[in-house]
Amino acid sequence: MPERQITYAEALREAQHQMLAEFPNLVVMGLGVPDPGGVFGSTKDLHKDFPTRALDLPLSEEANAGVANGMALTGMRVINVHQRVDFLLVCANQIVNHSAKWRYMFGSEAAMPVVYRAVIGRGWGQGAQHSQSLHSLFAHIPGFSVVMPATAGDAKGLLIQAVRAGQPCLVLEHRNLYGIKGEVPEKPYATPFGKARLVREGRHATAVAVSQMVAEAEKAAEILAKEGVELEILDARSIRPLDEEAILASVRKTGALVACDTSWAFCGFSAELAALVAEKAFRDLKAPVARVALPPIPTPSGPVLEAAYYPNALTIAAETRRILGRRGEAPSVSITNERSQRESW
Amino acid sequence: MHEDLYRRMLLLRLAEEKVAALYPQQEMRSPVHLYIGQEAVAAGVCANLKTTDYALGSHRSHGSYLAQGGSLKAMFAELYGRRDGCAAGRGGSMHMVDESVGFLGTSALVGGTIPMAVGAAWSARLRGTDAVAACFFGDAAVEEGVFTESLNLAALHRLPVLFVCENNLYATCTPLAPRQPAAAAEIRRRGEPFGIPGVRVDGNDVLAVHEAAATAVARARKGEGPTLLECMTYRWKGHVGPDADTHLGYRSQVELDL
Ligand SMILES: Cc1ncc(C[n+]2csc(CCOP(=O)(O)OP(=O)(O)O)c2C)c(N)n1
Ligand SMILES: [Mg+2]
Repeated sequence: MPERQITYAEALREAQHQMLAEFPNLVVMGLGVPDPGGVFGSTKDLHKDFPTRALDLPLSEEANAGVANGMALTGMRVINVHQRVDFLLVCANQIVNHSAKWRYMFGSEAAMPVVYRAVIGRGWGQGAQHSQSLHSLFAHIPGFSVVMPATAGDAKGLLIQAVRAGQPCLVLEHRNLYGIKGEVPEKPYATPFGKARLVREGRHATAVAVSQMVAEAEKAAEILAKEGVELEILDARSIRPLDEEAILASVRKTGALVACDTSWAFCGFSAELAALVAEKAFRDLKAPVARVALPPIPTPSGPVLEAAYYPNALTIAAETRRILGRRGEAPSVSITNERSQRESW
Repeated sequence: MHEDLYRRMLLLRLAEEKVAALYPQQEMRSPVHLYIGQEAVAAGVCANLKTTDYALGSHRSHGSYLAQGGSLKAMFAELYGRRDGCAAGRGGSMHMVDESVGFLGTSALVGGTIPMAVGAAWSARLRGTDAVAACFFGDAAVEEGVFTESLNLAALHRLPVLFVCENNLYATCTPLAPRQPAAAAEIRRRGEPFGIPGVRVDGNDVLAVHEAAATAVARARKGEGPTLLECMTYRWKGHVGPDADTHLGYRSQVELDL
């Protein structure tokens, strides 16, 4: 029987609903959690079923994140929700200096059940301060996990794993994926951290993609297939811990890596992937590593600049051809992934 | 003076109504937080500022930008993402700027520009000018720690700052009550522990705002330190976008009609 299809937003909501039921000590809290919109639908009406545990908070990010830490130390589990990952910089002190280090610093192995949920924005000119993709920044920190679901199924599974694991982590969602449907089993299930997802098999190059770039890699694979190039696609989905084994195995097989990131290249996740294969699969590489990432500037707002800013399937296809030394066909169609609805931010 | 204030308010209103009217064409691709209903605040404050003074704003700052004399044409060009926009088409609605009139910019992070105004004021002092710096922010910005940190610093050095809180009673869909304890409901009093005078005015009465701001600016220029102005006002449109938002159910048409 085919699995039920629901959206990414609904999957996030269902995961939280089920976790609130599973853990009587779980609190879901953040600015706008009980709002009519419910953080783009992802917390909608949770407060109706769990009035004391789906909570609104003031516009005080640092305090909110620190309150989550305090709760986690004293017998609660917390999901602290933020509408943009950009806002996490306001509470970076509590996340980086406190959540991630607290247990180690005090010589403890105990749980520290704080899950930060945050959203990457994109499109409709929301600009430099509402569309950063800051996974590399947070994944840099030992003691802290970062996962980035690319599908509705993983949105649910990774969030449930985050809550059950009881260690500090960031579930980084992508606003453009919120409306995308996927197969999502109804029962609660956990998707382990540190395990990549094989999206498509191929022989000629390995695309390791995250979040919204997974769909672009899939489109690129379709384009390349017509030219006789088989692109293997791994959805990393867990940035830290990283599934080194799966990535290395694939690159050993294909001999080429195309890292497809939603963020900048410099000191970014794609740099980590490049370092990994250089360190551990150097002799298996038949081509230089390619990195598909944002240009090294903040996100511009105007529609023309914004459209030029984001790499897409064509970029991935072009980069794959380049490192494989193949000539490609000029793109006949333009592929854009901008949501043109103004409800989009 | 009355005519000047009226002109400023009218400009703000007509400009925002034009944005609202044109927005459905989907050519302005930028989230707009309209200022309709709050015009008296920016008009009343900025009428007291010179172009050698400084002003900074928030995500909802078409009003303060225009009231400070920011170019109307450059604002619309910016909303259309054009190169001749005030931010060269890179910023959009949440990033109004016109340094030629002292409007230093706005931030899409709530509270982000409050300490920057303190810095601009301190810089003015260090450089030996008599410039003052005004910062416009919403009622939710005072919930950020940086607001209180900025008050402390401005008071400590008696800096020429106007903290202008545009209290429109809401942050997106959330009224004040679930965000701030009733005892703190008078935002003007937040400066008291630091000895910062706080004035609450009817933010829909441009003469009242003007008078309160005049006193605050005069104090600041004389080196007597910052003032916290709480302007009670009301946003007529939805938090973001050109439409009414009563269908969301967080506030009623009756409230809006009052
Ligand atoms: C640091 C930060 N947190 C959250 C947001 C999301 N956000 C944008 S505007 C807004 C409400 C702000 O309310 P208020 O300060 O009262 O200003 P108003 O919109 O009413 O003018 C929120 C929560 C943000 N932009 N920045
Ligand atoms: Mg407000």
